[in-house]
Amino acid sequence: MFGAGGGTSSYREMEETDVVLLWGSNARETHPIFFHHLLRGIHNGARLFVIDPRRTTSAQWADRWLGLEVGSDIALSNTVAREIIHAGLANRAFIDNATEGFDAYAASVEPFTLAEGERLTGVPAEAIREMAHAFARADRAMICWTLGITEHHTAVDNVLSLINLALLCGHVGRFGSGLNPLRGQNNVQGGGDMGAIPNKLAGFQDIEQDHEARARFEQAWGVTIRPTYGWHLTQMFDGMEHGELRTLYVIGENPAQSEADINRTRKLLSELDFLVVQDIVLTKTAEMADVVFPSAASWCETDGTVTNSERRVQRVRKALDPPGEARDDMWIITEIARRLGQDWPDPVAEDVWDELRSLSPMHSGKSYARLEELGGIQWPCPDETHPGSPMLHERLWAEPRIGPAAPFTVVEARGPFEELDADYPIRLTTGRRLESYNTGTQTNLYSSPLHRGESLDLSPEDAERLELADGEVARVSSRRGSVEAPVRIDPALRPGLAFMTFHFPDQVDTNQLTIDATDPKSGTAEFKAAAIRVEKIERVEDEERAGVAEHATVGGQQ
Amino acid sequence: MDLHLVPGAIPTTAERLALDSVLGPAVDGWDGGTRLQGPEGNTASSGHASRVRRHLLLPALWALQERIGWISPGGLNELCSRLTLPPADVYGVATFYAMLAVEPRSARVVHVCEDIACKCVGSDDLIAQIEERFGAEGELSDDGSATWYRSPCLGQCDRAPAALVSDAGEEPHERTLALTTAVAVLEALAGGDPGPAPVTVLPQAGDPALRLLRRAASTRSVSLDEYRAQGGYAALRRAVELGPEGVIREVKESKLQGRGGAAFPTGVKWEAVARQPARPHYLVCNADESEPGTFKDRVIMERDPFALIESMTIAAYATGCEHGYVYIRGEYPEPQHALQSALDEARVRGYLGDDVMGERFSFDIEIRKGAGAYICGEETAIFESIEGNRGEPRNKPPFPVVEGLFGKPTVVNNVETLVNVPDIVLRSGPSYAETGTEGSTGTKLFCLCGHVERPGVYEVPFGTTLRELYDLAGGVMGGKELQCILMGGAAGGFLRPDELDLPLTFEAVREAKTTLGSGVVLVLDETVDLPRLLMRLAAFFRNESCGQCVPCRVGTVRQQEALARLVSGKTAGGVQKELAVIAEVGQCMRDASICGLGQTASSAIESAIGRLGVFS
Amino acid sequence: MSELLLAPKRMIELEIDGQSVRVFEGETILGACRRLGIDTPTLCYGDTLEPANACRVCVVEVEGARVLAPACSRKAEAGMKVQTDSERVRHSRKMVLELLASSVDLSTTDEIPGYLERYDAQPERFGPPAPPDPDRDRKRTGHHVEPDGQTAATVYAPVKIDNELYVRDYSKCILCYKCVDACGEQFQNTFAIHVAGRGFDARISTEYVAELPDSACVYCGNCIAVCPTGALMFVSEHALRAEGDWREDDQTVTTTVCPYCGVGCNLELHVQDNTIVKVTSPDDHDITRGNLCIKGRFGFQHVQARDAP
Repeated sequence: MFGAGGGTSSYREMEETDVVLLWGSNARETHPIFFHHLLRGIHNGARLFVIDPRRTTSAQWADRWLGLEVGSDIALSNTVAREIIHAGLANRAFIDNATEGFDAYAASVEPFTLAEGERLTGVPAEAIREMAHAFARADRAMICWTLGITEHHTAVDNVLSLINLALLCGHVGRFGSGLNPLRGQNNVQGGGDMGAIPNKLAGFQDIEQDHEARARFEQAWGVTIRPTYGWHLTQMFDGMEHGELRTLYVIGENPAQSEADINRTRKLLSELDFLVVQDIVLTKTAEMADVVFPSAASWCETDGTVTNSERRVQRVRKALDPPGEARDDMWIITEIARRLGQDWPDPVAEDVWDELRSLSPMHSGKSYARLEELGGIQWPCPDETHPGSPMLHERLWAEPRIGPAAPFTVVEARGPFEELDADYPIRLTTGRRLESYNTGTQTNLYSSPLHRGESLDLSPEDAERLELADGEVARVSSRRGSVEAPVRIDPALRPGLAFMTFHFPDQVDTNQLTIDATDPKSGTAEFKAAAIRVEKIERVEDEERAGVAEHATVGGQQ
Repeated sequence: MDLHLVPGAIPTTAERLALDSVLGPAVDGWDGGTRLQGPEGNTASSGHASRVRRHLLLPALWALQERIGWISPGGLNELCSRLTLPPADVYGVATFYAMLAVEPRSARVVHVCEDIACKCVGSDDLIAQIEERFGAEGELSDDGSATWYRSPCLGQCDRAPAALVSDAGEEPHERTLALTTAVAVLEALAGGDPGPAPVTVLPQAGDPALRLLRRAASTRSVSLDEYRAQGGYAALRRAVELGPEGVIREVKESKLQGRGGAAFPTGVKWEAVARQPARPHYLVCNADESEPGTFKDRVIMERDPFALIESMTIAAYATGCEHGYVYIRGEYPEPQHALQSALDEARVRGYLGDDVMGERFSFDIEIRKGAGAYICGEETAIFESIEGNRGEPRNKPPFPVVEGLFGKPTVVNNVETLVNVPDIVLRSGPSYAETGTEGSTGTKLFCLCGHVERPGVYEVPFGTTLRELYDLAGGVMGGKELQCILMGGAAGGFLRPDELDLPLTFEAVREAKTTLGSGVVLVLDETVDLPRLLMRLAAFFRNESCGQCVPCRVGTVRQQEALARLVSGKTAGGVQKELAVIAEVGQCMRDASICGLGQTASSAIESAIGRLGVFS
Repeated sequence: MSELLLAPKRMIELEIDGQSVRVFEGETILGACRRLGIDTPTLCYGDTLEPANACRVCVVEVEGARVLAPACSRKAEAGMKVQTDSERVRHSRKMVLELLASSVDLSTTDEIPGYLERYDAQPERFGPPAPPDPDRDRKRTGHHVEPDGQTAATVYAPVKIDNELYVRDYSKCILCYKCVDACGEQFQNTFAIHVAGRGFDARISTEYVAELPDSACVYCGNCIAVCPTGALMFVSEHALRAEGDWREDDQTVTTTVCPYCGVGCNLELHVQDNTIVKVTSPDDHDITRGNLCIKGRFGFQHVQARDAP
């Protein structure tokens, strides 16, 4: 947010806020313990608005669920903004003191009347109005989001549109008010913190623009760092397609099953000159590799740190010896460096961390001893007397303001890249389920009553129209591929909307259907919106049907 | 809230309609109604607003129970959707109450009283005959339409033995059988006519000294016009002249003490609630009189319901309550109907509602029907039950005057306490206090039952001796010898024949280390098998313990087991050791239980051992 | 930082066993006892939950009160005089322990042997324990079969093993309400279980005694985390105990961070023979307060299901 990539608030604040907009997030299932904090807030009186095309288990807790059309998020936020402005509920004092670009923004949302909002989003005008007024009138209000916002070809604009709403009402930089992306993986925040993104060095120091920082890293490492941004994932695949990228080293990722438009991904991976995969299990990607480095599970077989969604750096610790030849990631990388002729010392997690602290000012105050003592520390934490930062951007409330103004951004409301048509009339959106995670490489190795394999979730109306019974296997096709999946009838879906996960790719290869239309700024593919066709499978041999059904039921054990 | 319903359980139309009658129709596809399409289908409200109707849970459970005779999974699913309540939670509440069933049950059920007063007049024989001619309890009739169960006291002790017939169906029906016989019960089980509705005889009818019972002597429920003709609503008019503070002053000066057993000064309670800044305030009338041997509230509600309504209205006016509840035990269909009719009439005539008697204050009363749980007469358990929870008592503090019903300041008084109020307002507090003694003012209702010549409700001034009361009721029936008296019901204590000169006042009984309790005077003649009677008391407490705290939950069982060994003579290490177990368990229950039930669960048994020398 | 926003609390003074102690307004007698180092037995009390004050083993004598008060929930008041070891207190604590230990299997409640000894409790004096009752879940409310007193009634019932993650052995249940509170409004808000029935027949139940896979259970295991008696247990722990191979002394407990979503829940991995046998979360960490979801609690198995490379 406004520079550093991290949520502005702490979970604790959810318990004492007044209004929460949970936007494009089913936190009840995808971030269950975060949702505990939210539930405390609800029991303390907070009103919850859930913005999601599906009436998810999170939405069932909402004082108001706004079931918008997939990909109409900006249309909705712009309508909310216009209503706030016209109702005289914008926080003018905050806008004048802390922001810039309001007039252009206000002009840009002007066409989004409540009626137009209803037309574009499918949500009744009254519900939009209610949310707008509740958010604007609240003393404290939070906006939280997940992949429902970011897995679109308009990902960055979607986020900016939410930031606009917070700025409009001054709901940022105060206790109980903030903007919070809920991170989907235990160290996705840490990856950014540590510079595992194409444009930043560790500590969000810009690789092109922050010359001073780059010089510090060059000094420490004794090498020259090219002052140019690297490639994000989508650009890498484009690079493969154009023959510019011929060797790939994959660590802890399973792109052969997790990427959108998976048939293309597999083709590109298979055409590489050399593929190295480092993972804790032999994934589908690893099966394609020229070299596989079996690694230790970083969360329980090694020492280190991870960063969570409230910017809290916490220790992971070795509890188990890794099996067989599996080695710590650090050991593997060091060993490669040595084979390449570098004289690297034996790696010690704390030493690596201390080096990071010496180069990333936002982490400087977080010694291992302090992380231990305080149960983790939220960045920024510039020195060892600093308690860490539960909240960001309090500076925006100083008068006169400290630091640069927070900018409003004019964002264009554009729907999903792939429009529905007569051939592909149903919108497929994807997500996670409570018990599972990503491509299931970890979660399919434990068994629970909640594991029920992959399904194509359909509205009761669509199932009836297509003459599909609950559990019946149907054919699902997009312009990119076709799979078979058992149908599950889910009243949380409206007619024309279908839902799948990619937790069980060995059973149902959902990513054959998804589209790799990506946001050019973030490189994230539009997993949330593909156009599909669902068909009843006629004349299936009984044997074959039994086989598929059996496959479906044992999905949990894979 | 994300609900997980019972898989595959669909409600029947009958169940849906039964719930509609209590909850109104379903709104949309999310609460059991029709799925909306278009923009209307793309929004839903299932947050705070959907979770505020929990207090309708017990009425909704009753609606299902009365419609098909049990709470089916389909019906429960529908109820859970409508009220946004989790099935396990609702199941937990339903199974708290003895009158609700969660397993299939016949439409007709007869509850036959096996409690102490009915035992005195032959309920054991009656039950034996039903067992012989119909079958064991819970067994179905040949056509599956009826069954019967043993029941704790049905509050018909003045006309024992008694039974309660419940017929579930489109037009559910409940009726009381009193002074009944095995033949009548069997007839009822067969769906026939068990005879005319029972009447209540007031032995003191016509006595000009009666105050609380003066209108109850009528043989039917008093109408509003009759009530007014006999001075009704003069007190409310006077109360409005006095103003809320004036009313509280009079009640304080009357030194009226609660008649529920705890004898807390009513005026002090009212003043505490009136002064609480938190709003709203609630008034709860405790009409859950379930103490075995007690039936006085029944008589007042049946015969003189407007007296209770006027009294509650005065209490509400004085303490700033806009909403009152009368919590009537589920075993009282006739009093409930009488009171409901009176409430309807009072509302139509402007004695309840937004502008009571044109005096610009608002008050209304809602009846809540209990479902077979003695513990719900406890002053905080009653709140839990009204709120739709299991009727488990709360820890105190906080006290109801600070945090009561729905967490708000609440006046909770029982029926008898309340109906003293009009007299106090009309006469003035000091004048009221002239009746009775210094420490116990006014008159007191007593429930004479058991082996007594003329059973019934008696009203006497405090200070009357037990002997005077006993004589008034004609002493032991059939010329037999008096063995002992159980004062105050199951939670009370036994008295010997040589203790009859005890003055009936709070201070005198306290000194004599016994209690007036709920005003039960159960007379027991020489033929009573006292150890067996104690076994019944022990069984009662075991059945009625809510189970929340260990001393009562397990203590009532260990007490019963020790008694069983004493009764059978198969003691573990001798009589003295068993008596020690009873005493030690009793002390722990008295000292460490959460509420009055556990604290008094050994009182009667220990008094029989200590005062009467049973087992020695 | 957020703590800075809390209003400062007033201190009050009271007397416990003749010693004066100052506590924050709103603190309980139990809290005051802990400040003085007075060891108060507790069973249903849990640091992370609202006190249920159901077991009554922590009762104390407050001067002027007719009955004893539960230390775990009674708020300390200025000028209060409290006795924690008077004869009445000792008697009730002893009786509560005897009543519980004679009706519940407390073999996996760590504190019990110490408590029984401290209060000289003799639970066996009520007679030999009654055998398990397979119908315990379906007792009709307000009815029971009259006992002969020759055995002591128990809550023993068959063990429930209806899923691959955890076991419910309600013979060990003291009905402390903690699992209900953790599953309910205080933490998980799933409400899969509740207290059903009444009195001695009260038990923890799903709706209509449904098996867990048919119930609302989401297998977060937060009920296991708060269970004080081992009535709720990981399948792995239950199996090792059954084999006599549960060796707590040989186990290490390592705190780390969950490998799944980005919330950052701390996990305590209980490891025996290089195998994770149980997962808990620290009660005093303000992300989880001891709670996890199914993935954090049970999703560890992938690390030990791997083939050794």
